[in-house]
Amino acid sequence: MTNGTGMNNKISFQGVAKTFPMKGTDFTALDGVSLDIADQEFVTVVGPSGCGKSTLMSMAAGLEAPTAGRVLVDGRPVTGPGPDRGVIFQQYALFPWLTVRQNVEFGLKLASVPAEERHRRADRAIALVGLDEFADALPKTLSGGMKQRCAIARAYAVDPQVLLMDEPFGALDALTRVQLQDQLLATWSREKRTVLFITHDVDEAVYLASRVVVMAARPGRVHRIIDVDLPYPRTEDIRLSAEFRQIRNEVWTSVYHQQPAAPAA
Amino acid sequence: MAVIVPPEKTAVAQAPRRTARRSRRRPLVLNVLALVTGLLLWAVVAALGLVENLPTPLAVARKAGGMLTDGTLATDTLASLRRVFLGYALGVVLAVPVGFLMGWYVTVRALIEPYVQFFRTIPPLALIPLTVVLLGIGEVPKIAVIGLASFMACVVASFQGVIDVDRTLINAARVLGASDRIIFAKVVVPAATPFILVGMRIGLGASWATVVAAELIGAQEGLGYRMQKASTWFEMDTIFVSLITIGVLGLLMDRLLLLAERRLTGWQERR
Ligand SMILES: Nc1ncnc2c1ncn2[C@@H]1O[C@H](COP(=O)(O)OP(=O)(O)O)[C@@H](O)[C@H]1O
Ligand SMILES: [Mg+2]
Repeated sequence: MTNGTGMNNKISFQGVAKTFPMKGTDFTALDGVSLDIADQEFVTVVGPSGCGKSTLMSMAAGLEAPTAGRVLVDGRPVTGPGPDRGVIFQQYALFPWLTVRQNVEFGLKLASVPAEERHRRADRAIALVGLDEFADALPKTLSGGMKQRCAIARAYAVDPQVLLMDEPFGALDALTRVQLQDQLLATWSREKRTVLFITHDVDEAVYLASRVVVMAARPGRVHRIIDVDLPYPRTEDIRLSAEFRQIRNEVWTSVYHQQPAAPAA
Repeated sequence: MAVIVPPEKTAVAQAPRRTARRSRRRPLVLNVLALVTGLLLWAVVAALGLVENLPTPLAVARKAGGMLTDGTLATDTLASLRRVFLGYALGVVLAVPVGFLMGWYVTVRALIEPYVQFFRTIPPLALIPLTVVLLGIGEVPKIAVIGLASFMACVVASFQGVIDVDRTLINAARVLGASDRIIFAKVVVPAATPFILVGMRIGLGASWATVVAAELIGAQEGLGYRMQKASTWFEMDTIFVSLITIGVLGLLMDRLLLLAERRLTGWQERR
């Protein structure tokens, strides 16, 4: 916020490239990615598999460092993971030897939150995702949707300002997915976090976001950014509206029939 | 026709419950049946003198009673158990941290792995002559060989356990603010526990197998020693008592570890 690179930008990718050393030549996963995400914005990213979506998110999370360019959160370069950014993985990544409550309390314990407050915050996060009855259950007894709810509660509990979600609903059935989308939006409009949400589902991308970032592969780059001029709260009516379908078709076309981006918007 | 329908219905309704109970009980019944049949077969073969020098089950039981009252069975069992426990504990206590270090630090792995791979190909028993020369014929060489056997079984398992820890679990801990030390203690150790327990079970089997052979080197008591001595005097009943004791103790220890395994790793998803 102090360095004038963008006043209200929560997350800022500036000319970011990422190459992985391979046998022979290096592999360029991302090249020249620039993207600004405003505070409290909900941005989704779609693109063909292998275009570097996960890599992009890993850099915002601080799990990977860019080989060129900068990734800023709150105007400061990311140097590693931090409690200001919560991450939700596609494979749930719950600790299978811990109960739902212990999983949710994991981050709070690391932050040395006193026991009483820890329990309170964990209970609140568990209630928020509707897992109250399963607080003492082990992950192996939960369905996929419940596991992902638990992972979301674990991220919520530490109260991050940024949520980074990598295809979190990708493995769920359509019905559960719609439920979790609505739940996520409801929480987001109440608590106003900044969300960077990766998906391969065009409908999901449009339904959730105020902006959809379409990426292209080889090398991974931003192909187009499409504004979603639909009001929040998003409802079933919106999901079934003509406007929704139009934006959805536009995103679909730019994902599946990628032509070089137009020189001027 | 219509009259027959109701009983059929109830039979169908009851069927799942009955088969569930039966399928749980049948193995146990069959196990006991197999044991009794084997014992009978042994008694018949021994009574007819089909195998030379084969003692009857009754003679073996009487011998066992005698060895129990004069205390030799207890002394031998304790001596063997002591060696197994000391050697096994030594092996496991060394193997788990070494395996962890090998899995966690690439350098440590590169330094130690050649030795592990090399010694893994040598049966521990083949080292007995060498240990006798190096360590004499006291308790030390026996415990050392048993320790080596359990170390080899356990080190590979715990090393593999660390390597196989899911990367996303480590990343999940990191983004929640875990340091390397915390990740090791709170993620790698619990995630590797199932592997380690499997290694510990294999190691226990290896220790128990090794103790009998190790007692062939100048021991004064022990189940292996007792068998060795009995064989020079053709005391078949003593050999049988020792053999059965070894088998029963080995089985008991394995069950105990299995129980611990179930307790400690019940969180695993079983496919
Ligand atoms: N650690 C790595 N080492 C080598 N190549 C990698 C690594 N991580 C990702 N890649 C490669 O980078 C490209 C982008 O990966 P990823 O970000 O996972 O794509 P997406 O999430 O869009 O499917 C892929 O071709 C992948 O194979
Ligand atoms: Mg991905």
